Amino acid sequence: MFKQKNYVALGAVLFVAVLILSLPTRATDRIKLALGAWFLPLFGLAGAAQQLPADLADSALPRRELLKQIDKLRRENQQLRSQAVQSVAIARENDQLRSLLGWQRQMPWKLKLANVVMRDPANWWRTAEIDLGSRDGVRVDLPVITAAGLVGRVSSVSLLRSQIVLIGDPNCRVSATVENATHDMGVIVASGPIDTSLVELTYLASSANLKPGEIVKSSGLGGVFPKGITIGQIVDSRSIEYGLYTEARVKLSANLGSLEQVWVLFP
Amino acid sequence: MNFFQPILILSAAYLVVFGEATFALPRQLLGAQIDLLPALMVYAALNASLPVIVLLAVLGGLWFDTFSANPLGVTILPLFAIGFPIYLRRDLILREAPFAQFVLGATASAIAPALTLLMLLSGSQEPLLGWGTIWQWIVMTAGGGLAAPVIFSLMSRCDRALGYQPQTETSFRADREIQRSRKKL
Repeated sequence: MFKQKNYVALGAVLFVAVLILSLPTRATDRIKLALGAWFLPLFGLAGAAQQLPADLADSALPRRELLKQIDKLRRENQQLRSQAVQSVAIARENDQLRSLLGWQRQMPWKLKLANVVMRDPANWWRTAEIDLGSRDGVRVDLPVITAAGLVGRVSSVSLLRSQIVLIGDPNCRVSATVENATHDMGVIVASGPIDTSLVELTYLASSANLKPGEIVKSSGLGGVFPKGITIGQIVDSRSIEYGLYTEARVKLSANLGSLEQVWVLFP
Repeated sequence: MNFFQPILILSAAYLVVFGEATFALPRQLLGAQIDLLPALMVYAALNASLPVIVLLAVLGGLWFDTFSANPLGVTILPLFAIGFPIYLRRDLILREAPFAQFVLGATASAIAPALTLLMLLSGSQEPLLGWGTIWQWIVMTAGGGLAAPVIFSLMSRCDRALGYQPQTETSFRADREIQRSRKKL
């Protein structure tokens, strides 16, 4: 049953696996980058295939409908412009007050739009890949958001693509605060492998009095996520370890199950 | 040497990994992504040579880990651990029977993620585990089992349609044909 060629095959696979597993992270990142490049033709094909129905739908849209949409967008644009003028005035006033109090000036967020090109094929990680890389200025630990709320952070970067670790993955912990009278603080950790919309807010004070529906935002502690990014809403809470601390379930604002476009937040 | 079969199997692995990373429908519907690499390894172990099995384990594992947060190379050994024992015993397995294909596919799809998780946990990694993992494991097992007969059928069709087949020789020889006739005396 066990011929020499079987021993050779077994030895070869063991050798290759152990060799690759023992490589330093930097080297494995480079190999991942090189192997990922093999799939670029398929990415191109998939992108073109996704674009085709949208193009066809655009070309089939009647002129009247387009004019109606333009009119609607114009009105929305005017409304947003007036809001922008107002917010500039508020920001200026905020800066003046901050300088009077001797506080550090707040910098406005710089955002870059990215497309989510793939998800982690393994069920035990929550990561995704976006089409921005080091060429676009992306670097490790930059926060990633959508209009609805926090999504995660950049975990590794290649020239053209970056991997983002989503909120709810064991490798993405966020310091968070609840928008209530006591501003209870805790840490967002993973909850379970199936429901991507729920996470746990743990290490809350035992006296924390949380109500369902209260908003949870990033606290700004930890240095990765800026303060004030919406994370989600409290679903329920319970006491842990005979009242040592409180834990709450949080429903995420961003829909991580169907991410298509995200914003990378530059400091 | 027939290079068509290795190319076919490796191309299938390449497409399978890409599909798993981009096609999110099973995850949205069932809460778990179905991994087709173990079922493909079962096909390779029953039909291909040992170097092809080695190549599929190494390349398939590396491709899978490239798109995943797994440490690179962690999927190689679980894939080979499926393919190698089947290869050694393949003369005793009814590879044409769909039920056997289902059982082998399901078993392989159950063992591969379990071994990968075992390797991750022993390597001080912290994968996302919970009660839901059992459901994901069941979905992966059933999905892999159901996919195995489909993979066998598709691959055999591709092999028959595109690969060249060994020419079978007929035992008929015209010079040795017995001429029967009634002889009039």
